[in-house]
Amino acid sequence: MTSSISDIPVVSNAWAERLQHRQQSQVPELWDMLDVVNDPEVPALSLWDLGVLCDLHKDEYGKVTVWITPTYSGCPAISTMQDDIESELARAGFNDYEVKTKLAPAWTTDWLSPEGRRKLREYGIAPPTQSACGNASGLTPEFGVECPHCSSSDTKRLSEFGSTACKALFQCNDCHEAFDYFKQI
Amino acid sequence: MTETDLKQATMQYVTRLGDDSIILSHRISEWCSNGPFLEEDLALQNVALDFLGRARMYFTYAAELEGEGRTEDDFAYLRDERQYTNLLINELPRVDFAHTMARQLFVDVFNTLFLQQQLQSKDETLAAVAAKAVKETRYHLRRSHEWTLRLGDGTAESHQRMQNAVDNLWGYTHEMFDVDALEQQLIEAGIAVDSAALRPQWLEKVTAILTEATLTVPEDSWVVRGGRTGYHTENLGHLLTEMQFLHRAHPGVTW
Repeated sequence: MTSSISDIPVVSNAWAERLQHRQQSQVPELWDMLDVVNDPEVPALSLWDLGVLCDLHKDEYGKVTVWITPTYSGCPAISTMQDDIESELARAGFNDYEVKTKLAPAWTTDWLSPEGRRKLREYGIAPPTQSACGNASGLTPEFGVECPHCSSSDTKRLSEFGSTACKALFQCNDCHEAFDYFKQI
Repeated sequence: MTETDLKQATMQYVTRLGDDSIILSHRISEWCSNGPFLEEDLALQNVALDFLGRARMYFTYAAELEGEGRTEDDFAYLRDERQYTNLLINELPRVDFAHTMARQLFVDVFNTLFLQQQLQSKDETLAAVAAKAVKETRYHLRRSHEWTLRLGDGTAESHQRMQNAVDNLWGYTHEMFDVDALEQQLIEAGIAVDSAALRPQWLEKVTAILTEATLTVPEDSWVVRGGRTGYHTENLGHLLTEMQFLHRAHPGVTW
């Protein structure tokens, strides 16, 4: 078994920028508080890990504004995400809040946190291969996505599109399990 | 053009893009549980969902530009066929899998070129929608390209069906490159895409794929137009009947 490419501690620039933005925030406790809000379709991941949680802000009157962005154009989970964030803010005692959706910049899997990539694998979903590993087109490879169950790289693509818009379907030739692959986009 | 005129023109243009997206989305979604095999069924629904998402973004934006309190649902469910301005190719019945894939190939190649230009739009929302959609379309095109090869260069039966589909749809592709006065104004304002300028590249790419798939590129012997002015084929009325039924029977229903 070869060592996994995702073990190499390289992070995308996009991720580094997100992290820096969060670290420079005036309201770190709000970011921490929303870490408990998970993606409704992949509950292993928080909205922060997924990159859907873009920004948040508290104004001088105490009103909280949260910005989220959809993964895919047709992401059916976006309104659930909005509700979940609102519930969490209400639970924490905020009265005045708003969750806004924004489209630009467009969501990319480069925003996944390293922690999120690890959690995806543990959940049984292969994280996106990064362009650094030679997948120049950025599209789903036909072979070789590492199996999240047995770590074999002897795998094949069954379908370009999987159970949700963000996934493709693979099968491992070693352990024969089928698994989802989180598409790079 | 005054700012109000420009806003009004943009609203109409955005509605066209929304109409293209929702009608094609609905057509593709008709394959749900009818796909040739499970993975393909899922793939088609994923593509349909991407188009539905675009429709929602365009309709929401059109409603905002209009500023009269309408919502995306009003655009989708409460307009009749003469008010729909989608390109005719999107409303044609799915017929068989070959027709569905041939249409998808034509539309996907077009969208690849079109969205690339829309990224440059001076309208920030249109540019933002394009930034999302252009990435999804790359996946769509790869799949319709692969299916065209597989069916065109497959068995005698699949080849014939694919050739029939290409021949039957070809006359509907010209409309994609029409630019009317409304679009011309918006092109000059840096908002709309000059789709007429995309035809040479589209033709080159489609010709290459069809040739690779051992299919014959049809001659330009007939053309059907009318979608942008609300003149549709008989098919759209039937589609809307099904798509709008629930909302019209139970206005404003939620669950």
